[in-house]
Amino acid sequence: MHPLRLITLSALALIPPAILVGCVTAPNDAEVSAKAAVVLAASFKEQGQAKLDRLTQDDTQRTCSEYAGKPLPKDVAERIEKANLATIKWPADGKLLGDWKNGEKIAQEGRGMQFSDDPKGPAGANCYACHQLAPQELSYGTIGPGLYQFGKLRGYTDEIRKYAYGKVYNAEAYNACTNMPRFGHKGILTEQQIKDVVALLMDPDSPVNK
Amino acid sequence: MRANYRRAAGGVACLFVLSAATALGQGSAVEEIAKYRAALQDGNPAELWEVRGADLWKQKRGAKNASLEACDLGLGPGTVKGAYARLPKYFADANRVMDLETRIVWCMVTQQGYSEADARKGPFGGPDRKSDMEAYVAYVTSESRGIKMDVALAHPQEQEAYRLGEKMFYFRGGTHDFACATCHGEDAKRIRLQDLPNLTKIDGAQKAYTTWPAYRVSQGELRSFQWRLYDCFRQQRFPELVFTSEASIALTMFLARNANGAAFDAPAIKR
Repeated sequence: MHPLRLITLSALALIPPAILVGCVTAPNDAEVSAKAAVVLAASFKEQGQAKLDRLTQDDTQRTCSEYAGKPLPKDVAERIEKANLATIKWPADGKLLGDWKNGEKIAQEGRGMQFSDDPKGPAGANCYACHQLAPQELSYGTIGPGLYQFGKLRGYTDEIRKYAYGKVYNAEAYNACTNMPRFGHKGILTEQQIKDVVALLMDPDSPVNK
Repeated sequence: MRANYRRAAGGVACLFVLSAATALGQGSAVEEIAKYRAALQDGNPAELWEVRGADLWKQKRGAKNASLEACDLGLGPGTVKGAYARLPKYFADANRVMDLETRIVWCMVTQQGYSEADARKGPFGGPDRKSDMEAYVAYVTSESRGIKMDVALAHPQEQEAYRLGEKMFYFRGGTHDFACATCHGEDAKRIRLQDLPNLTKIDGAQKAYTTWPAYRVSQGELRSFQWRLYDCFRQQRFPELVFTSEASIALTMFLARNANGAAFDAPAIKR
């Protein structure tokens, strides 16, 4: 697109023509963002389960991209957290803990949602890519905080169980623009899988709490 | 340009997971990996791609039965030495910014008479076939070894590509809300045991960008920078990045420019 077309009519009305000449080669930040989204959409093709709709940002993704590398204003953070909190579907049976042994398998499984992955599965959460969990697993990443003794340190309470479930379901509800995926909200994990991961964090018998 | 260079970026060595020997303590596991990496430097099979690429470069091919020796990679027809250290750049004959692979496709079409589709075929090698493109890339990049990265932002299109690439680096999308910056935006982070370069800092960008392309031991293939971006986006849960697409060129521009001043040191060898 020619840079001139990027200048809005309202801006044109305010700027004397002599200055305008100097402005045409410097589209503003929002204009560059808009063009980047258009160029991205034209630069990918669907492959396997990864369709082009994955490039359509929701409000959280768009806002967090916009503020990347900059401080996030408090009101914006609150808006993101409130909107994401409203997406959390709590289990109808009221049970938040599943089987920690399954939770460990889900935490280890790196496959899921890539165009190279079988849509029928297996699909996991790859928790160890970013977090320390059970101490037996030495190959863990450090993008997220260490979670060893998660339940033991915080207490095996209803409140913490609920927080753990909500956090895995939609981390943006608690920490706007976190790096952590929204496993429930985005359909990466099923309700049962989230319960199993919560058990890995919150079951006193889980190796995480040993 | 704005104060973008501070938030620099380089080669996108992305989200690969290294399976570690769990019997070892983590400190010693990391040490063992460092030793393994050091041992790899002894002999680099990338040379095989470099030699094949140099040979192919001189061969008469395509409908016009011409070699690529007259291809202008930015320093004039026939000059390969040092060309990669200045790419991507704006090319007046094409009236757009091109990275190396895009420019090679251009030369294959205009000078050798390939169709666009044929020139773009098989950009990455696999178990059953070697990629001529990766051989060309190995040869041309090897001719910039030791030369300082010097990517210009002189033309308005170069400036625009840089700014678009920067935006793309921070663009969050897909099922997992990942951007390049998710893994490459902070110092001293790891995926499993794999160290992640911070591509928003100059030193991280320089170290990463100047060591691609690379022979990947785990794949038995030489991998180009186009491949590096393609496979990062796969792991980001994005759809497939189209070879030599505008986004791939813009991101390369952002990362290459941020590596300016560092000596180019590839084709490298990585695990």
